[in-house]
Amino acid sequence: MIRTPLRPLAHVLPARARQEDPDSVMRHNLRQRHDQMEIAARQMAESRLLVLIVFIVAAFAAVAVRMANLAHSDGQEPTQQIAAAAIAQSRADITDRHGRILATNFETHSLYAQPPDMVDPAAAARGLVQVFPDLDEARLLRDFTGKRKFIWIKRRISPEQMQAVHDIGDPGLRFGPREMRLYPNGSVASHVLGGASFGKEGVNAAEVLGVAGVEKHFDAFLRDPAQNGRPLQLSLDLTVQAATEEVLAGGMAVMNAEGASAVVMDIHTGEVVAIASLPDFDPNDRPRPALGDDPSISPLFNRAVQGVYELGSVFKIFTAAQAMDLGLAAPETEIDTTGPLRWGRFKINDFRHYGNRMSVTKIIEKSSNIGTARLAQQIGAVRQKNFLESLGLFDPTPLELTEAGGSDPLIQKNWSELTTMTVSYGHGISVSPMHLAAGYAAIANGGRMIRPTLLKQSGPQEGVRVLSERAAAEARMMLRRVVSEGTASMVNVKGYSVAGKTGTADKPRARGGYYEDKVLSSFAGLFPAHDPAYAIVVTLDEPEIMGLGELRRTAGWTAVPVTGELIRRIAPLLGVRPLIEPDERIAITQASN
Amino acid sequence: MRGLVLGLCILFLMGAGSWAYRQNYETRDVFDRNRARQIDIAEAHQRLSMLRAEWAYLNRPDRLQDLVSLNFDRLGLLPLNPDQFARVSDLDPMPIAPDFAPDALIEAVPVSASASDLGVRP
Repeated sequence: MIRTPLRPLAHVLPARARQEDPDSVMRHNLRQRHDQMEIAARQMAESRLLVLIVFIVAAFAAVAVRMANLAHSDGQEPTQQIAAAAIAQSRADITDRHGRILATNFETHSLYAQPPDMVDPAAAARGLVQVFPDLDEARLLRDFTGKRKFIWIKRRISPEQMQAVHDIGDPGLRFGPREMRLYPNGSVASHVLGGASFGKEGVNAAEVLGVAGVEKHFDAFLRDPAQNGRPLQLSLDLTVQAATEEVLAGGMAVMNAEGASAVVMDIHTGEVVAIASLPDFDPNDRPRPALGDDPSISPLFNRAVQGVYELGSVFKIFTAAQAMDLGLAAPETEIDTTGPLRWGRFKINDFRHYGNRMSVTKIIEKSSNIGTARLAQQIGAVRQKNFLESLGLFDPTPLELTEAGGSDPLIQKNWSELTTMTVSYGHGISVSPMHLAAGYAAIANGGRMIRPTLLKQSGPQEGVRVLSERAAAEARMMLRRVVSEGTASMVNVKGYSVAGKTGTADKPRARGGYYEDKVLSSFAGLFPAHDPAYAIVVTLDEPEIMGLGELRRTAGWTAVPVTGELIRRIAPLLGVRPLIEPDERIAITQASN
Repeated sequence: MRGLVLGLCILFLMGAGSWAYRQNYETRDVFDRNRARQIDIAEAHQRLSMLRAEWAYLNRPDRLQDLVSLNFDRLGLLPLNPDQFARVSDLDPMPIAPDFAPDALIEAVPVSASASDLGVRP
């Protein structure tokens, strides 16, 4: 821009000629210039403001657009985590104490149809009937050509069947992934595992729900995603469990029994190492619950936990142990056993007459009802009731099975003196074999009552003291005498000293009274006797065997030999060192160099 | 001076821009590969669980029992017995093959033997 000089001659000279002040010209000029500068500065400032406004508007617009974008977009999982370990299956595995799989998942497919997408419904229906002969072609065709938009055809199909359906080649036939529960060991531990079935079903997934056993009891744990696929580790030992079931099945066949059960329990930790009930079932194909009044005829019935029975003489040791604990008797104290013992109209008899006086040890050894009833009379109803309650015999067993909660022991409401006497030898009280095993564990571990559990434990349980150390030791000695001298001599296993008590109880009739020819024979015990590690209970339902020319039903002839065989099989598997040293020096053959 | 600073700034900006651009694409690339790996891992997990299930199924006690009975002539396997336990002190000393002489073996190799003498390639 061309600047006008402050005192331009061209203006000054005519001003002077007009007698005007040339300074006013200069001021005029200066003012004009300042005006121009002001205008320029304002323009500059305005344009800067404009730029700033544009920036701010742009920035806010960007935020608004992003917000709108976020608000309208679908949620996306943050995929970029270190998530390799987090890819878990929807339901956790169940393993035994050594990590061997008892239950796991298996990927299968379900088959459904979407008729609107079908090309040739008639051919599809024909093809499907060839793959699945149980389907009805006419009905399929009716469904495919009707109004329905979605039809389930099969809930679970095998890979071969899936390929065959693929080969039909109709786009209206679709597959959805299905996770299926698999029990690879078949019927082993079936009552513990229970079973699973589908809950809510969708096209892409179906809920797997536990229906019984630990599957139901720990359903929330097994489905909890926070567990990250950590398996549920049970206390069971698969090998011991399988051997137990095998021996029990063999024993049941030989003894012509209706059913059988066995419990093997660690007396320090409370872990149930094996628990079996026969007949059993395959949890992969769980049978329907039995209809009718008697659930015990169904293979689903868990005799070891749900079956509450009057177990008979196996209870006698509780009476003897309590009498010794209270100081009422010592193992050598002589008790009057003159029979029959009358109480009102009721008579108590012994299986055989063993003499008019017997020591407490002898009473247990010979299994005298009269002697035990006399001891119970000394103990009294209240103390006996409290003691049995402290052994957990009045409550459902705390074992982690759904079935355990509903199997209350049957106890007489009016606990009279007669009740005290009959309960002392195991009549008038019905408990499950699991209850009995827990009670024997208390005697075996020196008088502490521990809670039986199906979960693997890291250490021994503390337990509430229910018996003195001394009384428990004396009771163990008596149980050992039963095996070495008394009714359970057939349980003597070479290498292992077993202690225990037999019980033969008449089965009650449904309409009151007892059967003459049907018994429940049982053996409850512990091994090894010198340093007990495990409690064991075996029961046989209605066993009969010919022995020495007559039909035998007593436990000594039925449950006892089965228990003997069971211990011979499982004790080495449990790593229990035999007491007797092997006779010959064992030479090792070298397998490889 | 001002021009130089401005120029440097522009250059820096361009450099930073192109670095950010490349970084962005590299990151996406890594994300993609990572996603592919995760899918692989998920598939491997699935295969693994399948194999575990199959292993458990093949090792189910019934089947092993049947196999043991079928192959009894060859294997002669019987259930573990209490008399198969023994103290280590009760065992005979480990039988050793008669022609096994460790001293002779050591002498056979001269102390000065080089690696090539022993047939080891350097």
